Amino acid sequence: MGGAAILLLTGCSPQQFTVLNPVGPVGRSELQLIILSTILVLVVIVPVIALLAYIVVRYRDKPGNTAPYQPQWSESKKLEFVWWSIPIIIVAILGTVTAEKTFALTRPPEPTNNPMVVQVQSLDWKWLFQYPGQKVATLNYLEIPTGQPIEFILTSNAPMNSFWVPQLGGMEYTMPGTQMRLWLQADQAGTYQGRGANFTGRGFAHMTFNVVATSQDKFNQWVQKVKATGTPLTEAGYQALVKPSLAGVISYSSYPMGLFENVVTKDGGGMGNMGK
Amino acid sequence: MGGVKQFLSHFFVTGPFEIGGDVSIGLVSLAILFVLTRYKLWGWLWRNWLTSVDHKKIGIMYMLAALLMLFRGGVDALMIRTQLALPNSQFLGAEHYDQIFTTHGTIMILFMAMPFIFAMMNIVVPLQLGARDVAFPYLNAISFWLFFFGAMLLNISFVIGGSPDAGWVNYPPLAELQFSPGPGDNFYLLSILISGIGSVATGINFLVTILKMRAPGMSLMKMPMFSWAVFATCIDIIFAFPALTIALGLEFADRILGAHFFTLNGGGNPMMYVNLFWMWGHPEVYIVILPAFGIYSEVVATFSRKRLFGYTAMVTSLLLIAIASYFVWLHHFFTMGAGADVNTFFAIASMFIAIPTGVKIFNWLFTMFRGRIRMTIPMMWVIAFIPNFVIGGSTGVMLAAAPADYQYHNSYFLVAHFHQVLIGGVVYGMLAGMYYWWPKMFGFILEERFAKWGFWLFNIGFYVCFMPQYPLGLMGMTRRMYTYPAGLGWSSLNMISTVGAFVMGIGFIFIVLNIVSSIRHPVKDTTGDPWDARTLEWSLPSPAPHYNFARIPVIDSRDQWWEMKQKGMTKPDDSTPLAPIHMPKNSGKPFIMGVLFFIAGFGFVFNWYVLAGLGLLGVVITLFARSFDYDTDYYIPVDEVKHSEAAFGRS
Repeated sequence: MGGAAILLLTGCSPQQFTVLNPVGPVGRSELQLIILSTILVLVVIVPVIALLAYIVVRYRDKPGNTAPYQPQWSESKKLEFVWWSIPIIIVAILGTVTAEKTFALTRPPEPTNNPMVVQVQSLDWKWLFQYPGQKVATLNYLEIPTGQPIEFILTSNAPMNSFWVPQLGGMEYTMPGTQMRLWLQADQAGTYQGRGANFTGRGFAHMTFNVVATSQDKFNQWVQKVKATGTPLTEAGYQALVKPSLAGVISYSSYPMGLFENVVTKDGGGMGNMGK
Repeated sequence: MGGVKQFLSHFFVTGPFEIGGDVSIGLVSLAILFVLTRYKLWGWLWRNWLTSVDHKKIGIMYMLAALLMLFRGGVDALMIRTQLALPNSQFLGAEHYDQIFTTHGTIMILFMAMPFIFAMMNIVVPLQLGARDVAFPYLNAISFWLFFFGAMLLNISFVIGGSPDAGWVNYPPLAELQFSPGPGDNFYLLSILISGIGSVATGINFLVTILKMRAPGMSLMKMPMFSWAVFATCIDIIFAFPALTIALGLEFADRILGAHFFTLNGGGNPMMYVNLFWMWGHPEVYIVILPAFGIYSEVVATFSRKRLFGYTAMVTSLLLIAIASYFVWLHHFFTMGAGADVNTFFAIASMFIAIPTGVKIFNWLFTMFRGRIRMTIPMMWVIAFIPNFVIGGSTGVMLAAAPADYQYHNSYFLVAHFHQVLIGGVVYGMLAGMYYWWPKMFGFILEERFAKWGFWLFNIGFYVCFMPQYPLGLMGMTRRMYTYPAGLGWSSLNMISTVGAFVMGIGFIFIVLNIVSSIRHPVKDTTGDPWDARTLEWSLPSPAPHYNFARIPVIDSRDQWWEMKQKGMTKPDDSTPLAPIHMPKNSGKPFIMGVLFFIAGFGFVFNWYVLAGLGLLGVVITLFARSFDYDTDYYIPVDEVKHSEAAFGRS
């Protein structure tokens, strides 16, 4: 309560707690675990601090203190049984839910036969998103349709980064020579901030991007518009992007065939294992 | 001429902060040289300190170095917090910010926390065990000087060559030549590789000391809890540090020898580094926290005037934590694509650690329960530790829940968590230990007035600094970003956090003032037992004579000294005749070896292989010289022991 009051006083609005305001099933599932674990640990924190305060006041060494003093008392099977049990029970509950959710999150949040795929590359210091289904690409922003699972396939052609859109759900690393999968979904239209979460050098702090979630119709219109008005990403253009620099937002009407796959495999990386 | 100029401008880093650093280092060095020369202290320094193999003196040197590094790392922290206080701040650029958070992390873990625990181990363990030194005193001195010159190597990078800037975890491929050219990152690798040799040696040294050098009658289950904690720590050191040495050694091969273990190109695999690093990195946090747990156990029993509650459970939990610490390393990278089965295993293993840790907390509470609590400075740090660690440990359990971690990873939630356990756990523990054993080290007690100011400012500052970082993480702020825009709701919390950091800094100044004023007006400890304490070290005069025990005591209970006092004794039994005492001789070779390692390391940093080769050759020659040195020990004659004991009013 005190904490909430302080936060309001400092002018933070509840919407700014992106992790606590998920707009899709992945983020919501993770938030449930955050809430459950918070409650479980409060069950320990509050009594322990209260007990500490009580003991420190009650057993102070001052003249006239009538509290019992038993300097030799140092064993109690009953008491020790109690405090071995408390954390064991908490860990058992939390461990069970954690296991269940860890497995669930490797699958799409809703059953899907032909999911929409976005290939993500972290570069120094920009994000390149390719849409293999739509054959378009974007730099430093994402456009996704709402109401359906999106399969993000991640790699890096630069130091490792981590792809994170807190309101959609938790992050996954982008790693060179590897492709990894992350399922996310937005149920509400809106613009959500994404960022790199693993340090990659000088420009790291600027590796942010917006995720624009819209209806399927509007998404399709956007694809058509990019195809019509965007510039093509050429091999030479890609090599320029790989060089360390900052960049703005760009839409690409096409990209070289096999670009993503080449980045993953160029130095012996494997396409087979997607981690999950 | 132009070449020389260009070389110098690369060799010496230029910029306002670096020139400030140059000037202050220069002035401090001059001041030290002046004092040593003016008061003719060079011989004293060499004979009594630099060549000493006495565990107590080595411990004191470790502690001074740790406090110095706490200051350096703390200044780094204040610069970080100043930069982050406001959005779009221009105080530090990305370049400086990256260097400063890298050195902050590296120094605080490897060159502050590690020497601080080594200080406590060195000062206390032989005294608690009834031993006259550690098992290998000469090796102990080598450990110290390797640590010291490793730390110096990292610290000079600020003014010479440039500091490392790839984060204290030094993940490749960012830390590889392609992305981090120049000597900066080499400083990181060489300084830790050199000091790491010393750390492993210390682990072996204290494990052997504890297993082989306990006084007669002290079975393992009669051993004081701090020594048990050190035993568990040593197990972790011996098996964890080799993983770090290999990880950094391979990265060294990449950077210096042109290998491709972890590079972006050429088939390197950075994931291998991440695994090796954390196979050391997670046990490492237990390496630094377990000795702190040992200190809390000693202090809480002494100042509750009561036996430590649940001794057997305390030992069991220490060993469970030490062993379980090897099965949790992957929780540092749940988000690097391990399968659900792997993540689940490591999530539950990480939560499991909370069980023995929780048990320890309850046992400390029930040591105080039905005791008589004296609010001394060491005890205040213990009592402040408990709520801090309960909260920090709990957020650790929350982070262990893998799917929740996908949202916390690398965010300020994580930053708040590990600072809370490392400061609230380790630093509080080391300060408690410092205040507690200070009279045993120096023969006088640290005064209470400034100590209390330091305590309260540091504590309040801690919560003001780190509590806002939990919500910042939930707002999406990630670590290691040198700036952030306005309008995300992060600004006010960051400002509060910065204020807290400065309050902690003022707290630290009070602790230093506390030490200085106590040196000027010492409250002498004439009894050797100022706290009415329980374990063997308090049966000795303060400071302990260099041979520690005139007669090796015979042990029959856990709280040996307390039980002796209960029987009406005021000093150890002196009815048996004295015998000559076998002691190791001082040696300058460990110091020289440290210098030579420093020269070799410096050579590798700048790819000056002739210099590096000469340094290593010198190391080998020193090793040879030592192995043909047969004059390594001596006996203190009975008369000298009698004379020295008489000075303490004993016989």
